Amino acid sequence: MSLRCAFSGLFPHKAHRNGLCALVATLALAIAATAPAIAAGAQRPAPQTTVNAIEAEVMCPICGTLLELAESPQARREKVFVAKLVAEGKSKTEVKDALVAQYGPSVLALPKASGFDLSAYLVPILAIAIAAVALAFSVLRWRRRGREEEASTSEAPAAAPRAEDAERLEADLSRYDL
Amino acid sequence: MSLRSLLAFLAVLAVIGLLAFGLLNKGATKVAVGDPVPDKALPALPGPGHGSIADYRGKWVLINLWASWCIPCREEAPVLQRFYERSKAHDTTVVGINVQDNEDDAVAFLREHPTAYPQLRSVGDERSAAFGSTGVPENFLVEPDGDLALIWRGPVDDQFLRERVTPLIKGSR
Repeated sequence: MSLRCAFSGLFPHKAHRNGLCALVATLALAIAATAPAIAAGAQRPAPQTTVNAIEAEVMCPICGTLLELAESPQARREKVFVAKLVAEGKSKTEVKDALVAQYGPSVLALPKASGFDLSAYLVPILAIAIAAVALAFSVLRWRRRGREEEASTSEAPAAAPRAEDAERLEADLSRYDL
Repeated sequence: MSLRSLLAFLAVLAVIGLLAFGLLNKGATKVAVGDPVPDKALPALPGPGHGSIADYRGKWVLINLWASWCIPCREEAPVLQRFYERSKAHDTTVVGINVQDNEDDAVAFLREHPTAYPQLRSVGDERSAAFGSTGVPENFLVEPDGDLALIWRGPVDDQFLRERVTPLIKGSR
């Protein structure tokens, strides 16, 4: 079976015609070959988060460090798992949920808000509250003491000068009498 | 004792109590030879279904904690498979427990290193903690009545199984 090129009427020279036909055929083949990949790329959901954002917030449970800092074999597998989920268009919460389902709650960098781990949130709040109350008491006490001292100094009569001081004062003042 | 001293004492007591509770709560479980084996129903790997060590009561069970990313586990899997083939006729089995891993990787590992003995999967390090595990692989021989007969925190090879595990099983007969 032979295929006739569509440009046979446009180009009288056979060499030009064959060259153009070959070029068109090559382009058509290239488009046909890449079309499925382009279509797959178009179908792939846009990432909702990044691998780096996840790795900064989850742990390598074996290493006891953040995943972004870990380079152990387990960490490498965990990173591949995260990258796969991110490429599938999963959100940060969905990726974290999947990590907890696979590796357990210790994979989360932040402790969970229940059980003993709740103390990680409560202790700083309690410490700040206690410090604020202690500071407020100290300020009130300091102000009250200041007021008391002020009152005691303003109410007390001025002490009378000693006789020799009074004499010296009198002498000094008389020197400036006009 | 003044009110200020009492408050300071209570504050120190609270901090010490909190630290002690944290240490007790987070401390690794210690298992020893003679203790009952830590057990819990776990998902079969690959699913569906569940299994537990109690399913094999009346048999000697060699429990192998493993993970797909663990390089010694790759060398150990065929050793354990050979041991299983040799011992299954003598009321002995091997049970693999995949830990600290993700399921896809674990299944891929079993495709690459096929084992005929039952495999279970523990999410995260929950089972590792129950066994007081410090890493993978680790191996635990369980007597037919469910007590631990041997704890080996590391990989096993043919020689170890021949010299340390088999005599315990044969000695009981």
